[in-house]
Formats: sequence, C-alpha cells, structure tokens
Amino acid sequence: MTLEFGSARPIPKLEAVALFKDFPGTSGTVSALEDVAIRVWPGELVCLVGASGCGKSTLLNIAAGLEDATDGVVLVDGYPVTGPGADRGLVFQSYSLYPWRTVAGNVAFGLEVKGLKDDDIAERVRHYLGIMGLAKFAGALPKQISGGMQQRTAIARALATEPKVLLLDEPFGALDAQTRSAMQEFLLSVHRELGTTMLMVTHSVEEAVLLSQRIYVMAPNPGRVIAEFKVPFQDRSHSLVHEPEFLSFVRQVDDLLRQQASVVGTQ
Amino acid sequence: MEVSAPSATDSLPPPGYTPVRRRRSGLKLREELPQRVRWPLVISSIVLPLVAWTMLSASGLVNPLYLPTPAATFAAGVKLAQGGLLLSDMTATITRVAIGFGIMAVISIPLGLAMGSLPGIRALFEPMIGLIRYMPAPAFIPLFIIWLGLGEAAKIALLVIGTVFFNTLMSADVAALVPKTLINASYTLGANRRVVMRKVILPHSLPGLLDAMRVNLAATWNLVVVAELVAAQSGLGYRIVRAQRFLQTDDIFAVLIVIGLIGLTTDMAFRLLRNVAAPWARP
Repeated sequence: MTLEFGSARPIPKLEAVALFKDFPGTSGTVSALEDVAIRVWPGELVCLVGASGCGKSTLLNIAAGLEDATDGVVLVDGYPVTGPGADRGLVFQSYSLYPWRTVAGNVAFGLEVKGLKDDDIAERVRHYLGIMGLAKFAGALPKQISGGMQQRTAIARALATEPKVLLLDEPFGALDAQTRSAMQEFLLSVHRELGTTMLMVTHSVEEAVLLSQRIYVMAPNPGRVIAEFKVPFQDRSHSLVHEPEFLSFVRQVDDLLRQQASVVGTQ
Repeated sequence: MEVSAPSATDSLPPPGYTPVRRRRSGLKLREELPQRVRWPLVISSIVLPLVAWTMLSASGLVNPLYLPTPAATFAAGVKLAQGGLLLSDMTATITRVAIGFGIMAVISIPLGLAMGSLPGIRALFEPMIGLIRYMPAPAFIPLFIIWLGLGEAAKIALLVIGTVFFNTLMSADVAALVPKTLINASYTLGANRRVVMRKVILPHSLPGLLDAMRVNLAATWNLVVVAELVAAQSGLGYRIVRAQRFLQTDDIFAVLIVIGLIGLTTDMAFRLLRNVAAPWARP
C-alpha cells in the first residue's frame, strides 16, 4: 500500500500542469499554449472559453492524448497522460460517428474494443441508450437521424466506456439554436444523473455560464489562461438565461473577452 | 407586439409579379430525374443505335462484308453458341480474367490500404508506382513473351501489370479519405492502431474499394482481349482474330457484343455487391 501524506488533500480528476505547446509557423514558432494550468475536480463541469486561436482545443487534444505537449504534463487522478485511452472520452463538434454502424453499434464500439462479452455489451448499450433517450433509434444509421440525435449518440458512445473524464470540443457548435438549447438541458441532466467529470470547450459565454461550475477564460498569442470564474448559480435550467444576475454575469465574462480582443487588435 | 395568422390576401403576389420560368426536367444540374423522363431516355440509349445500325446495314450503302445486319450477327452468335465454341471461348477468357483480377486484388488492396493509412509506406511506394502506371501495359507484351513464353503466364502477367498500379493508388486514395476525427475518436474509445485498421479504416473503405475494383475489372476485360489478339489458342479475343482471317465480320460483331454483355453483367454485379455490402454508403 502507498503511504499518503496529508490524505485530506483531494486530488483533481484532471489537471494540466505548466503546459506548453509550440507549433512551427511561417514566421517562427507559434505558441499555442504558454504555461497553462487548470484543474477539474471530481464531478465538476468546467468550461474553457476564448477567441479562436487561444489554444483551448489544443489543450483538450493534449488532455485526450491525441497531441503531445511541448512541455508540461496532464494528470488524470494524479497519473500522467501518455496517450489516448478510454479513460478520457472525447466528443467532437463534427459528430464523428461510424456511418456503417447503427446507433447501438456506435455506442458498442468502445465496449467491443474493451473485449466485453456480447451480453454485457448489449446490456450496457441498452442502459446508455435509455439515459440518452435514444432507445427508439437503436437500429437507425447515423445518416437517418437528426444532428442533435447524432450528437447524443456520440456522447452516449463516449460515456459507455465509463471514462473518468468526458472532454467535449464545442459539442453543440454545429446545431441550430433550438436543438442547441435542448442539448444543453440534456447535458445538464446527464451530468446530474451520472456525475461524470466534464471539461468542455465552447465559444459561447452564455453556454459556459449556463452549464459549468467554473470557467477558465483563455486568450491567444500566446494561448494562456487569463481568468477563472466560479459560477454561482445553483438551479440550472433554461429559465436561468433570462435572469438579470445571469445576464450580468455573462456580460462580465464577455467584457473580459472583448477587452482581450481589442488588445490583440491594436497590436 | 401582436401576433396574428396571415390572411389569404397577404399571400397574394404583388402587382407586376411574374413567376420565374422553371427549367425543363432532365436539364437541371444534379436534380432527381422523374421516372417518366428517365425510362424513355434509357430505352432510347439502346434502341437508337440499334435502329441506326439496322438502317445503315439494310440500306445497301455499306457492303455487308464490312457491316453485317443485326440479324446476321445474331445468327452468327447462335451458330457459335451451338457449336460450343462460344462457351469454351468464354470459359477460357473468363478464367484468365478471374486469375489476373484475383492476383491484382490480392496485391493492390492491402498495399493501397497501407499506403493510404501510413504516410511512410505511401512515400516509399507512390513515386515508383506513379511512374510505372503510365507505361502502357501492352508495351510489356514482348517482354512478357521473352520472360514467360507464349502460355498463360504471359497473359495473366499482362492483366496484372495493366491494373495493379491503378487499383493500388485508387485504394490508397479511398483509405486516405477516412476522416481523421473518426480515427481520433476511435483512439479515445480505447482502440489501438491494429483495431483502427480493422474496425474503422477497412469498413469505411469497403464501398470505395469495390468501386475501384469495378473500374479496374473493366480494364482487365480490355487487356485480356489484347492478350488474346496477340497470342492465344482459345478465348474471345482469339475468336475475333480467327474471324478476321476468314472475313467473318458477323462473327466479330457477335463476339464483341458478347464481350460487352459479360462486362455489363460483372459491372452490375459489383454495383449490387456494393449496395449489399455497404448499404450505409448507398447514394
């Protein structure tokens, strides 16, 4: 057994420590991430917002293990990430479903890879399709269902392997406004029900404030975290978006982003 | 703000409005063609050339020695079939195509998939294949005859050399079309490279591979006749050369039509196979 010093100190579910990422550009190297540190506590839903080019998607890809950091480390439960794995689910903006597999077949993919028995796979798939409200569409091909349903399938597929962290890269960016708000409600209910730790990238401040407990605001050139907000609202539902407190909170974050944009614009 | 349902008068067009003239169906780009327009066109495609052929051959303008009538061609075909020559020629030719095409597929599909998925393999093979594929396959015939003699091996080699490079590059392009996010999504679901190859790249490529094979099967049919024209004792191409020696143009026409029909059948079989094997990719 391991000896734990100060065992009262909790370990973050996901932690980025002194993360640097450089890309070779046309005029020297571009610093996509410079000394970025974030923490996501167990059961939290945290959002990353920022203008394009601030490195938020890069951060997510490094956390997923799809890209290597130039320097620094991402820890999951205190262990460094060395490559992609089923302990970190990733949901893309483009749903990225397997077009030849049915909705159920898509959700089953990760479980097949894990080597589960057919019966167990069928049961788990049924369970997650139920939670996602997809039971009716189990036998449908992705091209036969709407964008919202496709994204639900992608989320179900990522959750079915029961990852420690769910990473979401602008998951609702390609959806129309009505579907988008329905999906936000849906994500909140999934988060309540399963308590999965989630880290989500979005460019919509309103979406970030509505969904998350904490928000990291990032800025480009070089990509870095410039602020962290604790979101105070308890009762999350769409009626919240009309409340004055909500609107003023959104404006506060928005103003910060706008300031940042004008700084970059005058450089 | 008051919201009311639009009344009937609201939706009348303003004065001076003229509707936009619609283009005739059949001439709209990429538009679905109605069945009542489609079928007359499909039937005309076959009937019109037949009528033209019949009229030209019956008019007496062309010596029937050069252009036999459709009836004479049909009779020649029946005679070849009854004598058993047609069947044995077809068997010989189809066997060559099957062996050549089979060898070609076994080499080109794995190589193409590897090239399309692994940039290192692509960089290693693509320049040489890109060069060789522009060398006309029939130009290799003398070389194959020197190396392999006049038998079957030389003919099969021609079929393989004439199609294997095209099918490899086409298969590579098909494999390279698998979206990167689909591969990345699979990694985050716990898959390793081998699993991604088997469970993602292969099924995603299947319809494209079948399309490439269909195209190159047509090329194999072209080449097998070339091979049989040069040196053979059997086969549909050989039958044409023999018919030429005796000025039997009706036999040549009959064999050409048989070759066309076999080609069309295999083409349709591949389309059917694609739709059955990959219904998700049906247009």
